[in-house]
Amino acid sequence: MTHTSRLENCFAALKQQNRPALVSYLTAGDPDAETSRRLLHGLPKAGVDIIELGMPFSDPMADGPAIQKAALRALNNGQTQAKTLEMVRRFRTEDSTTPIVLMGYYNPIYCYGVERFLTDAAKAGVDGLIVVDLPPEHDEELCQPAAQHGIDFIRLATPTTDAKRLPKVLANASGFIYYVSVAGVTGGSAPTPERLEGAVAGLRKHTELPIAVGFGIRTAEQAAAIGRYSDAVVVGSALVDCIENANTPDEAVERVHGLVSELAESVRACREVSEEHQF
Amino acid sequence: MNQPVDVSKSLPDANGLFGSFGGRFVAETLMPLILELQDEYTTAKNDPEFQRQLAYFQGDYVGRPSPLYFAERLTEHFGGASIYLKREELNHTGAHKINNCIGQVLLAKQMGKKRIIAETGAGMHGVATATVAARFGLPCVIYMGATDIERQQPNVFRMKLLGAEVIPVTSGTGTLKDAMNEALRDWVTNVDDTFYIIGTVAGPHPYPAMVRDFQAVIGHETRAQMLEKKGRLPDSLVACIGGGSNALGLFHPFLDDLDVKMIGVEAGGKGVKSGLHAASLNGGTPGVLHGNRTYLLQNEDGQIIDAHSISAGLDYPGIGPEHAWLHEQGRVEYVSATDDEALEAFQICCQQEGIIPALETAHALAEVAKRAPNLPREHLMVVNLSGRGDKDMMSVAHHLGEKFGVKQL
Repeated sequence: MTHTSRLENCFAALKQQNRPALVSYLTAGDPDAETSRRLLHGLPKAGVDIIELGMPFSDPMADGPAIQKAALRALNNGQTQAKTLEMVRRFRTEDSTTPIVLMGYYNPIYCYGVERFLTDAAKAGVDGLIVVDLPPEHDEELCQPAAQHGIDFIRLATPTTDAKRLPKVLANASGFIYYVSVAGVTGGSAPTPERLEGAVAGLRKHTELPIAVGFGIRTAEQAAAIGRYSDAVVVGSALVDCIENANTPDEAVERVHGLVSELAESVRACREVSEEHQF
Repeated sequence: MNQPVDVSKSLPDANGLFGSFGGRFVAETLMPLILELQDEYTTAKNDPEFQRQLAYFQGDYVGRPSPLYFAERLTEHFGGASIYLKREELNHTGAHKINNCIGQVLLAKQMGKKRIIAETGAGMHGVATATVAARFGLPCVIYMGATDIERQQPNVFRMKLLGAEVIPVTSGTGTLKDAMNEALRDWVTNVDDTFYIIGTVAGPHPYPAMVRDFQAVIGHETRAQMLEKKGRLPDSLVACIGGGSNALGLFHPFLDDLDVKMIGVEAGGKGVKSGLHAASLNGGTPGVLHGNRTYLLQNEDGQIIDAHSISAGLDYPGIGPEHAWLHEQGRVEYVSATDDEALEAFQICCQQEGIIPALETAHALAEVAKRAPNLPREHLMVVNLSGRGDKDMMSVAHHLGEKFGVKQL
């Protein structure tokens, strides 16, 4: 197989640069279609390495208030699965390298039709899927069909995933592993640094896949601290809050891209200090 | 419809599936706990000591068995089938909900959990949960939609008296589905010490099967009571359905008795055609929500649509997965009753039998009103009188107050 995916290329390049990936989460269509498009298109320039794009759902059980509200804003402004895929397709006409991972819940995919969704997603240029409510027990629903379409299925590992269960979680995982830093919903409390580093090290013994860490990471300092030992750092609710707190679409774009730049700068520099210590 | 295929009481399968319905569609954080719960429940089911405790509390605390009462005046009123009421409203806390709560709280104790959470719609499950939490000395948090808190004030007060913390849920539409979302969010955050007592036959496996089994005491008793009274099984069973726990509790022990007809009554709201209803089977499509695949009220893009019903307890856009399966198998007939039909039946029950039913239960009685007159007196029809209507006084006064000269509340 000579084919390599955008995600593989991305992680390989970052390994060369000895730095973690910055992964941003935004909900597609939040706060409205046009602003969301501007937000998306500006992310790579602001320093995002991998884009997570949320597919809004009316009942986001694993999300905290920030992303719940983002989903409602998007849905109230007419966002649909088809429009989300169209956003990716348009983005791909300008950017053929930045990986895009769609994140969400199973029901909107199920109702769109799994085969139809995977066909359209692959065509649009989607690289991976994170579907919160599909544990490995339901791999035949979407995970295995996604592989047939060349779309990675990114698995979540959590603080409750014990050694007995881990092999099952990792079995059909691809792209990268998303380590959920705290038991809870998105935008909740910050993870404890010591425990987190140990958890990532433990996970690494069982998988060759890159490990991203997310949930509760809001600041450049936190991102840098976690980026020292993880392969990617995910920031979501903090970016979504920028949209919530902005008075105008222009301000939303400016705030989101501003925070992304700060985070990007800090993850780019996060391993420099520790390298100096090695000499 | 008369020849159901492969109706089996052995379901769900090991993966929690009833045909294609059910399953375990939850976040990874919850999976280890759900698997543990499944093991614990399987053990408890076969543990004589657990069963002894369950029977003890069902008897001395809940007040079981509940009577199977021949509703003579209601039978005369409709002029057809002989109507029997399974008096679940006489249970401690006034509804069938406590049957399940007793079972789950015993399991929570066995698993060493320190905190109880639950969702509630009409407040009956919330009250039952708060009750068992008080009895077993466990702190309890109840999530309840802000809209439901408005229309079910007496139950909110009861829960607080029982020592529970009632958290209003304003996200989404502020009803039962949002309360369930919020309870799931609490659970995923406090997964180590918290037991989530789900109130209906829905949610991730093993909840639909576990809640059904705890509620099946209704059907088992009905069976024995009818055999004792009439020397034979009933001809038909009627129950209202929100998530569907009182219905499944009554139906399940009779599933293999193919001569026993079963009718589940969904909340038709303003009418299924109006779009303002809570009839997931009659007006919904299959989808995945709250941990299981089942019939849901949703738009073509898979976004959940608000349910509408005069009864807060039926105001849920889904239904237990076993009902979805029984619907597709044709074993149970699922119909709906509108708000107006339920209000009418509510009054008939009050006036003919001196029993004030819950508005939820009134939906089942509305179907009886349609069906009983056309059946012979030999036809034995059992209606699950799933709850009492004290909690609904304010809603009913709002709708009927003027008729009785009561000031609109």
